[in-house]
Formats: sequence, C-alpha cells, structure tokens
Amino acid sequence: MNLASTVSKKNRALLAELVRTDFKLRYQGSILGYTWSLLRPLLLFLILYVVFVKFLRIGEGVPHFPVYLLLGIVIWNFFHEMTVQSLTSIVGRGDLIRKIRIPRWIIILSSSISALINLLLNLIVVIFFMVINKVELLDTIVWLPLILLEVYIFAVGLSLFLSAAYVKYRDVNYIWEVILQAGFYITPILYPLTLITNLTLQKLIMLNPMAQAIQDARYVSVTHETVVGYQVFDGGWYMLIPFFIVTASFIGGLFYFKSQAKYFAENI
Amino acid sequence: MDDVAIKIDKLQKVFRLPHEKRSSVKSLFINFYRDRRSFERQEALKDISLEINKGEFFGIIGRNGSGKSTLLKLLAEIYTPTEGTIEVNGSLTPFIELGVGFNPELTGRENVYLNGALLGFNRKDMRKIYSDIVEFAELEKFMDQKLKNYSSGMQVRLAFSIAIRADSDILLIDEVLAVGDALFQQKCYDYFEQLKKAGKTIVFISHDMGAVESFCDRAALLDQGKLITQGHPQEVIHRYGEMLAKYDEDPNRRQKKDGLKHIGAGGALITKGSIINSKGETTNRISEGEPFAVRIYYEVENKLEDPVIGIGIMGKQDQSIIGPNTKESGYELPILEKRGYVEAHFKSNPLSTGTYRLRASIMNTSVTVPYDFVERLLTFTVIGKKRYGDIYVEPKWSQSTNKGK
Repeated sequence: MNLASTVSKKNRALLAELVRTDFKLRYQGSILGYTWSLLRPLLLFLILYVVFVKFLRIGEGVPHFPVYLLLGIVIWNFFHEMTVQSLTSIVGRGDLIRKIRIPRWIIILSSSISALINLLLNLIVVIFFMVINKVELLDTIVWLPLILLEVYIFAVGLSLFLSAAYVKYRDVNYIWEVILQAGFYITPILYPLTLITNLTLQKLIMLNPMAQAIQDARYVSVTHETVVGYQVFDGGWYMLIPFFIVTASFIGGLFYFKSQAKYFAENI
Repeated sequence: MDDVAIKIDKLQKVFRLPHEKRSSVKSLFINFYRDRRSFERQEALKDISLEINKGEFFGIIGRNGSGKSTLLKLLAEIYTPTEGTIEVNGSLTPFIELGVGFNPELTGRENVYLNGALLGFNRKDMRKIYSDIVEFAELEKFMDQKLKNYSSGMQVRLAFSIAIRADSDILLIDEVLAVGDALFQQKCYDYFEQLKKAGKTIVFISHDMGAVESFCDRAALLDQGKLITQGHPQEVIHRYGEMLAKYDEDPNRRQKKDGLKHIGAGGALITKGSIINSKGETTNRISEGEPFAVRIYYEVENKLEDPVIGIGIMGKQDQSIIGPNTKESGYELPILEKRGYVEAHFKSNPLSTGTYRLRASIMNTSVTVPYDFVERLLTFTVIGKKRYGDIYVEPKWSQSTNKGK
C-alpha cells in the first residue's frame, strides 16, 4: 500500500495540523511544557530501575540491564500510548466527523504520528543511557527501525479495530485496559525471558508480537545475549507466527475500520 | 449532464434506531441469541430525486425533522445513503456549522490555521490569507489570546471569516444565518451575493423564508422525508405555508394538554402566559396606569439561536392594538434552551377599562416564520375610569373662542 500517493496535499496539511494541535494541547498549562515528553519516561524509568534492579535484583546476569529494561519499557509505552489514544480518538473527534467531511483514517493516523514523535523523543533518552552505560555500538542496530516499524504496524492495526469498535461498544475501553495490563506482565519487559524456566511457556510468550519485537530490539541494539524467537523456537517455522499476527491484525483492523467508517457519523 | 452540479437519484436513508441502545458487549451477546432485530427503522428520507444545476442557488425548506439536514449530510458524504445514488460534479465544502473543530484552549491564530486545514488549506496558503481573515473578522488585537476568552460573537466572526475563504465549486450551507447580529447577517448576505456573482453552486437550508425568496433560484420542500415539491421559491414557500396551515387543522398532531391552539413550524413552544401586576403578583386584573409585565413561558426542543419573541394585545374589537417584539425593541435574546420565560415590562398601563386578549409568538431571527404562535394565550381585564377607546393617551386640552364674525 503506497500511503504517500493516497494522501493528497489537502489531507497532508490536515494531518500536520491535527498532530500539531495534539502536541500543543498535551502539555497545555504546564510550566515545563514539552520537557515533560522527556522527563516523564525518565522518571518512570527511574522508579522501575530502583524497584527491579536495585531492590529485587532482577536481571543481574544480563549485561547493561538498565538500558535493556529501558528499551523494553519505551517500546511497550509506545504501543500502549498509541492504542489507548487511538481507541477513543474517533469518538473524541465526533464533532468533526458529524459536521465536516474528513477521511476517518486521518484521525487514527494523526494519533499514531503523535505517539511516534513521542517514541523518537523517548529513544533520545535511551541513547543517552546507552552512552552513560558504555553500551558498545552494535552494527545490527540498523535493524532497529524495521523492528519499530513492525510494532507501529501492529499498533495501527489494533488501533483501527479498537477505535471503530469503540464507536459501537463503549466497553471496549475497559476490556482493552485489562488486556494491556495483562500484556504488560506476560511480555518480558521488566524481567529477562531467561527467568521463565518452563520452555513451553517461553515459547507461548514469544508468540506474542510485542515480546518478539522487544526481544529483537534488545538483541540488535543492546546485547546479543538476549534470547530471541529464533533460539526459543529453534529456527522452526512457527517463529514466523508473530509476524503473521501483525499482518493479520493490520489487514483485519483495516477492513473492519473501512466497513464501519461509513456509519461513524450516525453511530457516535 | 455537464451543467448538473448535483444529481440525486432515488435517494433513501434509513436510520436503525435500537430500541434499547445496544452499546455494551453484554447486551450484544444477549441480543445475539435472542431476537436480534429489536431495531426501529426510521426512514429519514424516502425516494428523493433531484437535480441541482451548476451556478444555481438552491433552497431546501421544511419543518424541523423533515429530513433537510439529513439530506445535506448525505450530500456532504458525512452519512452514507441506504439506497440510491448521489453524483457530485466538482469540489464541495459543507458548512453544517461555523467553527467546527475550534478548540477553546488554542489561541485565535492557532484556531485559524486548524480550521483552515479542515477546509483544505495548507500552511502556505493560510499564511497568504491570514491577515485578510483577521482583518475581516476585526479581531487583530485578539489573535494571541485563547479562544475561550472570546465572546461568542467574536468566535462566530472569526469562523465566518475563515469559512468564506473556502474556494469550492459547491457549498452546502445549513442555517449559518441563524447566528449573529443584524450587522453580521448583512455580511452573510453580502457574501451570498458574491457567491452568486462568482457562479458557485449553493445548497441552502433555512427557516428564513425571506432569505430563501431573495437568494434562491429554485427551492424544494421536504416533509417527513419526502420531496413534496420543487420549483420557483415563491411557489414552494406558498406551498409550505399551506402545509403548515393544514397541519394546524389536524387535531392529532399537537398535544393539546395545555388547551392552547398552536400554529408554527415547531421546535419551540409557548406554554403559558401571565400578567404580573406592580406588586409582583400574577393576576388577570390590572389598573389603568399601573406598571405591569407580561410573562411568556417557552419550551425549546433543542436550542434556539437568536429567536424573536413577540406579544400582541388584542382590543375590544378583537384587533391588534399593540404588538411589540424583542427585535424591534433592540433586545437580544440569548440562545434559548429548555424552559424559561421572557418578560415585557410596561412602565405604565396605557389600556383603558375593558377586557383584552394576549397573543404571543416565538419566531426566527428575521421574523418571517413562527416556531410557535398562540392566538389565544389569555385574557385579562383592566379596571379604572376611562371607558372609551382601547388605549388611553392623555392629551393637553385647550380652548379658544372664535373671535371673527
């Protein structure tokens, strides 16, 4: 799908303006303003770092564990923020949808871009800690953008589905909240995958695209001592299942959104 | 075909209104296993076929709930037709409401750019026309203030100044004129004249028959989702008037629980009237020369912007002797919602002894269509000593004797 050609000049201007508005409003009225974009992940990371690394002493065998931890949190937060914000975005922009003619997907795209910008800011914090932690620059890091793209596509697919479903069923909000909470714990974010000794369980965990993406991201940019899907599945074909899930959720989300978009104006 | 801007063919729109709003997953599952069709079909539009030519100013009139706004939203592709097709030739901009997407937390300047983007302008275009917009809105000094600090009049002015920059072939306008003061309305009318001269196609929905008659080349009348007639505006408006009168004769249409006879387009109701004497008591007897007030209770269905409320006092011969309204008095009513009342205070009762009848109406801004009109709201008596005529005006008497032959 060639996005650039389907996005006309008009829509590009609108998209830019929506993203800009979103950013202006986000830290409206706060003294530190945009600084919070960097400060917030930094402080959250510090808490987790103190609790998990200093008190619970998890991940002692993993090199550069703080950076390893931070990268996982940043990627998960990106996924979390994007799906949660998109979920209510169609209903939240109800005034636009009921009164003017704008392509519906532009609303999802604009909240996804807002999340993407935040991710980039957070990655600056990650790089900062990589330097402090003296993490060696791995040449595999060139794969990182591709892994992030995978997470982005996964999140967009889910966002399309969730936002459209939320127009009809307002419970989706609460259900998704619970799923995210569960997902946060069954994904190896706070703990290294090696902590799970049951191999079947390890395999099940690694079927989750988020687990696969986070582990791969750590592998390519922090340390090769990360357990990735290839090892867990022993190179079997089912290591491709996470990618299949991502593709399926994107296509499914897109089609569901398309079928529902026509009726947003009357259902909101 | 080339000179047709909009071609509507056998258009039908059905809304499926769930009896019990099914917006939880639990009820989805329950309904899934039980009777799934607990929907009410509401046919908002039935079999509409219409052609609007390029460069035409086309008016759509009808009572509240007749399907006008649904039709406009279908033309704007905000709704999807249930059946039938709409062909649009050329670029189209809908104005369902002024200032859509305005955010109170952003400054005037930021809102101009955002609203401009919604109309299809990019930053570069906007930079070129920005100062024109601000100048036209007469808000140069306020652009760096947040929108929430603007008065509603200022917001409308700003929104309108941006809206008129839209450079589409076809414009859909829904009651934009229902907001703003007389001066602002004049600006709107001037803008309409400009659009007409520029050869734009305009679809215009309004309750303002005056505007429809003076601007539209053709008009259509909708009622209960059906196209009743189309053609010359005057004829269509005439037909509308006949229709309203017929509705009024229909005994089933209006609830008569208040015992009042209502005539009008609907949307607002005059529910009660009362006379307040100088002591502040509700009464139906007042004295000559006594200060008094007339209180009109209203009930509004949704929201009524810039309405006009008028009263009339009918004299002993059943002819109107005074008939002031809020517009003529220069009194601007706020947006009316829900229930409330309006009072007209008279410093001194000019009526002479006798019985009088009060009528009242609530009308659109240009005082052409009544939302509600009640001919016999109440009767009251004036007590005193002046027995001749309806209104007593004290002259200054003098006498002179003819000194000639």
